[in-house]
Amino acid sequence: MSIGTGAALSLLLRRELCLSFRRPDQLLQPLVFFLIVTTLFPLALSPELTLLREMSPGVLWVAALLASLLSMDGLFRGDAEDGTLEQLALSGQSLGVVVVAKTFAHWLVSGAALVLVSPLVATALAIPVEAFPIMMLSLALGTLTLSWLGAIGAGLTVGLRRGSVLLSLIVLPLAMPLLIFGANATDRAIGGESAAGALYFLAALCVFTSSLAPLAATAALRITLE
Amino acid sequence: MSAHSKRLDVDQVHVFRGDRHVLQGVSLKLEAGEIVHVRGPNGTGKTTLLRVASGLLRPEQGSVRWGGRAIGEVRAEYQAALAYASHEPALKSDLTGLENLRFTVGLKRSVADAELREALEQAGVAGCADLPVRVLSAGQRRRVTMARILAMRAALWLLDEPFTNLDTVGGQLLTQMLDEHLRQGGSALVVAHQAVTLKASVRPLDLAA
Repeated sequence: MSIGTGAALSLLLRRELCLSFRRPDQLLQPLVFFLIVTTLFPLALSPELTLLREMSPGVLWVAALLASLLSMDGLFRGDAEDGTLEQLALSGQSLGVVVVAKTFAHWLVSGAALVLVSPLVATALAIPVEAFPIMMLSLALGTLTLSWLGAIGAGLTVGLRRGSVLLSLIVLPLAMPLLIFGANATDRAIGGESAAGALYFLAALCVFTSSLAPLAATAALRITLE
Repeated sequence: MSAHSKRLDVDQVHVFRGDRHVLQGVSLKLEAGEIVHVRGPNGTGKTTLLRVASGLLRPEQGSVRWGGRAIGEVRAEYQAALAYASHEPALKSDLTGLENLRFTVGLKRSVADAELREALEQAGVAGCADLPVRVLSAGQRRRVTMARILAMRAALWLLDEPFTNLDTVGGQLLTQMLDEHLRQGGSALVVAHQAVTLKASVRPLDLAA
């Protein structure tokens, strides 16, 4: 009696989260990186409020981007190295389901966690409280998109011994629109203007990658498995 | 399911690795209740043959059929009928033995924890069910993978060096497992350096260098 796609997705998601929480050091690494970078900036620049406010969207987004990318390399690597990826590939479920579950779980423990701590960081960067909702929404859309892009890169580089540099080279250029529009949305929210345009663009990118990246990442992973 | 629908046909399979012609037209037939023992020196493509049979590796030439149909066409059905044990134990070291089984066997079929514990007990590692795999010995890990094979209740077993790291008792246990599996109409393709002595007749397949 085989199990349905929904049940498989939930089982795989539980597996990923279970594995993440067994390794708290790896779980916290991107988050700590994000916190350190963003809190160091005000110390290094100057405590002047106007300057800080002007720089903060850029700092916030660059830090978020790099923090997400930091953990991306391990997305498929662990499973590929210990042979569990083969077991998943032969589980009777489509490899696409595995990719979707792994990527979404990765976003939950990196991207979503980053969004949750962002108000803390934003306070240090003198971002006004009124801008928090837009900032968090844009970060949520941006990190999810980045996770999908990263899944393609991770799928392509998982078979390589030093794939992490290549992964950054593949993903970072694709992530530039995210950085530009994400920082723009946060900037506009700080200035009290409407950020709708940038947010719509981020949302469109998110839908675009969510629908196509699983196919690309699955194809990349299948090549690696052979 | 008729016996015919559980037949594995590997037909004139060729695999190239870069310039190397690893598998040079290998064929085999495996009916329900049969076992084939793949032998040969290192580097003759034993593992490659197993990966081709599992569908992980697509051969450049030739075909693999399950019940007379190409495995690409009946992928889900074939994978549900298949239990593959690679040379590596393929266990997550941070998860317990039971969790490892739950997340792999559970993807093939809905299975209760009690049944998984039973499989672990049959493999002689009931005590390892709630320990992280990290702390288990190589032999205990191998036994956990034996429990996984048992719990999958698959018609076809593809085993790559299943005797590695097993002690004498473990080896006997695996032999019994194979005998019981064949008696129930299952089939197996086993890559091993050791002699495989079973009650049923073991057909050898020698891969030459």
